[in-house]
Amino acid sequence: MPEHTVASFDQELKEIGRKVVEMGGLAERLVADSVSSLIKRDGALAQKVVLLDSTVDQMQREIEDRAILVIAKRQPVANDLREIVSAIRIANDLERIGDLAKNVGKRVIAIEGEYHPAKLVRGVEHISDLVLEQLKEVLDAYAARNEARAVEVWGRDGAIDTMYTSLFRELLTYMMEDPRNISVCTHLLFCAKNIERIGDHATNVAEIVYYMVTGQNLPESRPKADASSETTVAFPGRSAQA
Amino acid sequence: MTSAVDPTFNLSSSVAARPDAPPAPAKIKVENLQFYYGSNHALRNINFEVPEKRVTAMIGPSGCGKSTLLRIFNRMYDLYPGQRAEGAVLYDGVNIVGKELDPTIVRTRIGMVFQKPTPFPMSIYDNIAFGVKLHEKLNKAQMDERVEWCLRKAAIWDETKDRLHTSALGMSGGQQQRLCIARTIAVRPEVILLDEPTSALDPISTSKIEDLIDELKQEFTIVIVTHNMQQAARCADITAFFYLGELIEVAPSDVIFTNPKEIKTRDYITGRFG
Repeated sequence: MPEHTVASFDQELKEIGRKVVEMGGLAERLVADSVSSLIKRDGALAQKVVLLDSTVDQMQREIEDRAILVIAKRQPVANDLREIVSAIRIANDLERIGDLAKNVGKRVIAIEGEYHPAKLVRGVEHISDLVLEQLKEVLDAYAARNEARAVEVWGRDGAIDTMYTSLFRELLTYMMEDPRNISVCTHLLFCAKNIERIGDHATNVAEIVYYMVTGQNLPESRPKADASSETTVAFPGRSAQA
Repeated sequence: MTSAVDPTFNLSSSVAARPDAPPAPAKIKVENLQFYYGSNHALRNINFEVPEKRVTAMIGPSGCGKSTLLRIFNRMYDLYPGQRAEGAVLYDGVNIVGKELDPTIVRTRIGMVFQKPTPFPMSIYDNIAFGVKLHEKLNKAQMDERVEWCLRKAAIWDETKDRLHTSALGMSGGQQQRLCIARTIAVRPEVILLDEPTSALDPISTSKIEDLIDELKQEFTIVIVTHNMQQAARCADITAFFYLGELIEVAPSDVIFTNPKEIKTRDYITGRFG
């Protein structure tokens, strides 16, 4: 794309884009660290995640301020306008991702020292791998202004939802097997839900990237496969109604 | 190169897409229009429609042909030897570039307001009465009524009613421009052509004129040439982008300013033109 006649406008746009990528990198790291603290039962790392979230919040405010200033100064239109509005919206999603990662960190601190067999976290680890991949992909799609890659991310969210539903079932089963698991499994369930929500935010970002590049919206309905709200597990030996 | 107007784009249906706008038929239809300043081919094969009782904006860099087209609508080029138009500009189905039509008749139906306010050196009242007298025989009471009617339409009645017989040259630039719009309306045209009507005005006067344009489109078909892109985005229902004598793109303004189809349009409205 040719440069603006006003060179400083290009600088401002590039700077906002660069900030969003930087914020995305930080949010991605928070998610990875929160999951890793959960798997390794590393309270210190979890603490770091909780603290670092405020940096993500601060970056969101900074992106918003810069974007508002550019709107006021330049009255952007067409792709420039979409670029700026998208930066504000993506920063918003990334801020929420930071919050969710922080919440995982807090739960890791809460269950420190509790009875905690390794098999319980395996499912959470698995869903996290998927979500982290989605997050990385969508941030790459943003940096490359590549709508096709954004659409791929958008289409893959269903797999995460399906996995979350089966994880929900699995954790309920562990709780039934041994009441000592209940406390940890409840926290793990929330962690898994947080991570699944991070996947949803990655999907949001994919929609925004698609809009930013093409000026069109993706269809409203996207593949949704989270059936946990309708899922129960019968207690062994009794019927569900009993 | 041909004008890249989306073949699926239908003026009446896209305007109707706005909840407050019923479909509008074409008031002016430009068909295969060519225009020459001597040997200079200034407009190349222009095809588009100006919908009735809508605001149509024409934008583009200097020398792109937008003002030329506006002047053709008003047969201004008749005043200059060596300038000629080919093709058709159909006004309610009548070709107004045809030699057989008297340009003064065209101009009573299609009025024009210029970049700089051009009041005549006479009173406010006479500025308006002057044009009316050329076409109609009105008695004093009828003329008074006409003057008040068009000054009210141009949103300048309150400011002028107590000084109708003082010189128009004593008014501010913004007032003079609204007087010129009133003068244009006075002969009851159907179309008003505005050639950069606010480029010589301060922001407040500009807002008043823009507000007025919004009012006037209830009754008149308006075509505006502007260098101010935001103005086109604010005022116009339809925006046409011209470049080097060609019509590059025409679409509803909300499409042009958020998601133009053509790369040239995008580069121009976002300020990327070298």
